[in-house]
Amino acid sequence: MLELTRITAGYDRRAPVVRDVFLSVGYGEAVGLLGPSGCGKSTLAKVAALLHRPDAGTMTLDGTVVRGWRHRAPQEQRTAVGVVFQQPRLSADPRLSLRELIAQPLRSTGRRREVPARVAELAPLVGLSEELLERRPHAVSDGQLQRACLARALVLRPGLLICDEMTAMLDASTTAALVAVVETYRAESGAALLAVGHDRVLLERWCDRTVRWGERSVERVPVG
Amino acid sequence: MTADRETPVTPVLDVRDLSVRFRMRGGRDIAAVTDARFSVAPGECLALVGESGCGKSVLASALLGLLPANAETTGSAVLGGDTDLLTAGERTLARTVRGRRIGLVPQSPAAHLTPVRTVRAQLEETLRELTGVRGAAAVRDAAGEAAARASFPADHLDRYPHELSGGLAQRAATALALIGDAPLLLADEPTTGLDRDLVERTVDELRRHTDEGRALLIITHDLAAAERIADRVAVMYAGRIVEIAGSRPFFGAPGPRHPYAKGLLDALPERDFAPIPGMPPELGALPDGCAFAARCTRADARCTDERPAFEDALACHHGLTGRAHSLTKAAADA
Ligand SMILES: Nc1ncnc2c1ncn2[C@@H]1O[C@H](COP(=O)(O)OP(=O)(O)O)[C@@H](O)[C@H]1O
Ligand code: SF4
Ligand SMILES: [Mg+2]
Repeated sequence: MLELTRITAGYDRRAPVVRDVFLSVGYGEAVGLLGPSGCGKSTLAKVAALLHRPDAGTMTLDGTVVRGWRHRAPQEQRTAVGVVFQQPRLSADPRLSLRELIAQPLRSTGRRREVPARVAELAPLVGLSEELLERRPHAVSDGQLQRACLARALVLRPGLLICDEMTAMLDASTTAALVAVVETYRAESGAALLAVGHDRVLLERWCDRTVRWGERSVERVPVG
Repeated sequence: MTADRETPVTPVLDVRDLSVRFRMRGGRDIAAVTDARFSVAPGECLALVGESGCGKSVLASALLGLLPANAETTGSAVLGGDTDLLTAGERTLARTVRGRRIGLVPQSPAAHLTPVRTVRAQLEETLRELTGVRGAAAVRDAAGEAAARASFPADHLDRYPHELSGGLAQRAATALALIGDAPLLLADEPTTGLDRDLVERTVDELRRHTDEGRALLIITHDLAAAERIADRVAVMYAGRIVEIAGSRPFFGAPGPRHPYAKGLLDALPERDFAPIPGMPPELGALPDGCAFAARCTRADARCTDERPAFEDALACHHGLTGRAHSLTKAAADA
């Protein structure tokens, strides 16, 4: 599903934070990428999510080589990937209700008519009531907002889901609940998963295999 | 109460029936904290755990006198046997309590440190403000000592906050919190966003400061961090403390007595990894009976009718007893 080959990326060409990294995620596979904070995991996750253009290397998504990132990415590639980040407050427009937030990707791809049905399908899956759907981000907890962000990532039925420290700010029960939502979606859709994080116990329990951030590249390690 | 029998010395902090209400427009109140009762002794660490939005940070703000104007508090929170933090007034809190009698280890050290000043400059300023140390050379020496106490490396003192890793920023913030030599340390989510190694180092350092005779109230949603550092654990749910227990029996055998606490532990990836169904109730619309009843497998008519009182360190009509968790843990490991 996802193939990253010799990816180098960062914010300053002279000092890339990701250097020569290999990573692959098979169809339907769940891969955990483990590494300490600040090592460049999130930058790699953004490359894979088509949100950050790498300086060098090749990325293949569902068999097609990626030629453009961000607004240059073709729509069918952009919509094939769903992303959830660590801090829901930084990735949620504070002016939107949770319902509008979840529907955002449908609207921006001209599929407005699907909104009511898809939101009605997703809200119970992530555990959001009608009343919560009408609230704005400031009026809900981090856990509730993250549930909405996960629903937003699933709204276009992506074939690849990328979760970058999705549960790092959440309590044990909310963590288990969100992971269960992702796994329910994957079981029903066959989607692949790249889960990025620093919690070894969590990623080993969640994923088919975990890879550890290495010195130069991501090395394969067996599931614990 | 068992919880109190374990702390025979005068507690550094003694909280009695502390409640915080936010008065909202339209007359609907938010019961952010209700009837919290606990104490912390010198040399002791109490971890306050619970999911996000359950009222932990509001409780901390109440102790520091940092609640917004629409908040109303009742009950008492006596510091060092003589000062009720809830009635002391802003002047007293600002001049004699915050920094001096309560050291605050912040949630986000990056946000707490002043971005345009070096760590050394911030330590020196706080030293001048909170201690009698005077004279450039003496202040400089004291800043070095303050950094060393929190294991902040001397060769990084002239760096700006953005030049520090998350772990070093946390130590710089801890060094600042320790300067006033406050008998009570209050740490609200001090390890959020840090990776496991750093979480462990941070809590181990906080434990060391506790072992020197301070009392530590640590607020966290990280159960592993709580297990590592705490002598006792207080579990908060929907604004109430529902259980206080010794850390060892709580995390080990026989395990928690409150069904919510048991659910929270069982949700850990090293245990059952199973979420508690549903979500906590809104603090603006709490049910009459037990706030956990809608999610509790043991709930009966009494639970929905009658709110369980916090007695013998537990607020539950049908508390669990003698339930060992080693079985589920072994199953998870297998
Ligand atoms: N200024 C405020 N006005 C109204 N409600 C508030 C205010 N501050 C916090 N709350 C509410 O109080 C409750 C407890 O919040 P908080 O103490 O931050 O939770 P925690 O720290 O346990 O995550 C939440 O429902 C929150 O929305
Ligand atoms: S009082 Fe009843 S509903 Fe509440 S936690 Fe105990 S058993 Fe469950
Ligand atoms: Mg908080």
